[in-house]
Amino acid sequence: MSESASDPKRTVSSSAEGADPQRRSSAFQIEDLHVWFGNRAALHGISLNIPVHQVTGIIGPSGCGKSTFLRALNRMHEFIPGARVQGRIRLFGEDIYEASGDPILLRRRVGMVFQKSNPFPTMSIQENVLIGLRLAGTRNRDLLEERLEEALRMAALWSEVKDRLHAPGIELSGGQQQRLCIARALAVRPEVLLMDEPCSALDPIATAQIESLIRDLGQRYSIVLATHNLQEAGRTADCTAFFLEGRLIEFGSTKKLFTNPSQKQTEDYLTGRFT
Amino acid sequence: MNDFQPDPSWEALPLAAETRSLTHSVGIGRILDQGFGFLAVGAGISVLALAALLGWELYQGAEEAIRRYGMGFLVSSHWDPVAGRFGALPFLYGTFVSSAIALLLAFPLSVATALSLTEFAPVRLRRPVLALVDLMAAVPSVVWGLWAMFEMVPWLRQTAFPFLQRFFGWLPFFQGSIYGVSLLAGALVIAMMITPIVTSLAIEILQSVPLTLREAAWALGATRWEVMRVAVLPYVRSSLVGAGVLGLGRALGETMAVTMVIGNRPEIFLSLFAPGYTLASVLVNEFAEATSEEHLSALFEIGLTLVAVTFVVNSLARLLIRSVPFFFAPRPLRTESMETSG
Repeated sequence: MSESASDPKRTVSSSAEGADPQRRSSAFQIEDLHVWFGNRAALHGISLNIPVHQVTGIIGPSGCGKSTFLRALNRMHEFIPGARVQGRIRLFGEDIYEASGDPILLRRRVGMVFQKSNPFPTMSIQENVLIGLRLAGTRNRDLLEERLEEALRMAALWSEVKDRLHAPGIELSGGQQQRLCIARALAVRPEVLLMDEPCSALDPIATAQIESLIRDLGQRYSIVLATHNLQEAGRTADCTAFFLEGRLIEFGSTKKLFTNPSQKQTEDYLTGRFT
Repeated sequence: MNDFQPDPSWEALPLAAETRSLTHSVGIGRILDQGFGFLAVGAGISVLALAALLGWELYQGAEEAIRRYGMGFLVSSHWDPVAGRFGALPFLYGTFVSSAIALLLAFPLSVATALSLTEFAPVRLRRPVLALVDLMAAVPSVVWGLWAMFEMVPWLRQTAFPFLQRFFGWLPFFQGSIYGVSLLAGALVIAMMITPIVTSLAIEILQSVPLTLREAAWALGATRWEVMRVAVLPYVRSSLVGAGVLGLGRALGETMAVTMVIGNRPEIFLSLFAPGYTLASVLVNEFAEATSEEHLSALFEIGLTLVAVTFVVNSLARLLIRSVPFFFAPRPLRTESMETSG
């Protein structure tokens, strides 16, 4: 499906051209987000709207709060002792930190792919892809079959693994494992996909495959991609946010941010003049 | 910005005399390195040598009994040093049954304790409880035995055993007269002694699960219970069984506390309320009083048997771990339809 839908000629700038990302309809509306770990503040009041059906890149040096920001969006900080989140995050209008909100249901709507591929080592490729659905209680075999193929095709992995769906997931190569994790996240059909430096542990060829996959998926999913690789953001993201020391410095279309940044700090970072 | 130019005379720079003396001398580090290597190899060999020596000594001592009784020693259930008859079956039976019951009781309890602590309890509870568990593991055997003799056994005799007999008396294991001291009492005290050790090991094992795996499950919307089932248990399955095996090893060799409550009667009864005897107990009870040559030799063979049993049980358990690789893994999705359609 998606493999045929990919359009290699599609460029980042064309899809985001002329669009003010703040005005488009938003997947996430984030207002004044603060995160603390113990007494240390990691994010100081981030306000940002994540547009629907686009790839939003989050760039910035290590420790600038990219991961922290991403993990606030699916309430992953709740597992870290001492972590506190303040502010308002709305997913298609619903406040995700509201007392009545269920983090389990939220995480089914907001999938996540991690820096290091993490397939479940005791499960086969198929079990890895379907585990999210099984956790959600899906028993219908036809549906499981259908979603298995769909997710693997969307992750551009189907042709490589369709003959060995029962092989252990960890037998795959690093890049394939990362695509398996993407398939695992997609199988539950999330509304948003969070990707935390998904290519940082991969070689250039695997990176190129995942990046083209992200561009394809960006047409149908709202993706938030944290990366410390500027070229990666430039190649894949429709709009980009630049974080520095827990603050949002600049947010705009990728083309604008990369060619004509309005903030001096952004320009310094992009040109490598950074202390 | 990048104005670093390599010095053209770099290559030609002569090595300063002191630098040369540093790079060309062997140095104290190399000598220490070699010395440590010898020391390490020596330590390794001495462990093996000790094990070999132990086996040889036991065999030497037991040689006469082995020659005289042959296999009859292991299959005969008649132990009467005065009459000069030595059959070790009651001790083997007592050792196996008490250890098996102890493990059956202690292993689930230990794993459940460890899981509740690592997966469910607040993190700040973990350290104090772990310290307490380790403290329990350090309580000397004889202290457990004392407590068991003066507190547990009377309670068993007056409350627990009559209760079991009343409701489960139709089972052959809970029949016969109740003395308190019994195979079951021995098993219970062993269970209590190995629980802290297995728990402590299980906690360490569960904490070794990579955070990335837990995160993978959380991010898919797993509940705590599901994270445990999907990400944690499959990953640590064989290590947990290994912890159980270590506990079993300790149970088989446990001596003092068991001797104090098991009743020390070299006979085989199906009832767990009846007194029993273990290999370790008979050694500790009779060694000092063994005067005749054959009695001493028979006791040596008991010791040899105990070592062999421990060795065999450990090997079997390791084989078991390898033969059931996906013991805890979720049931695989059946895919006949998928294979025919695809």
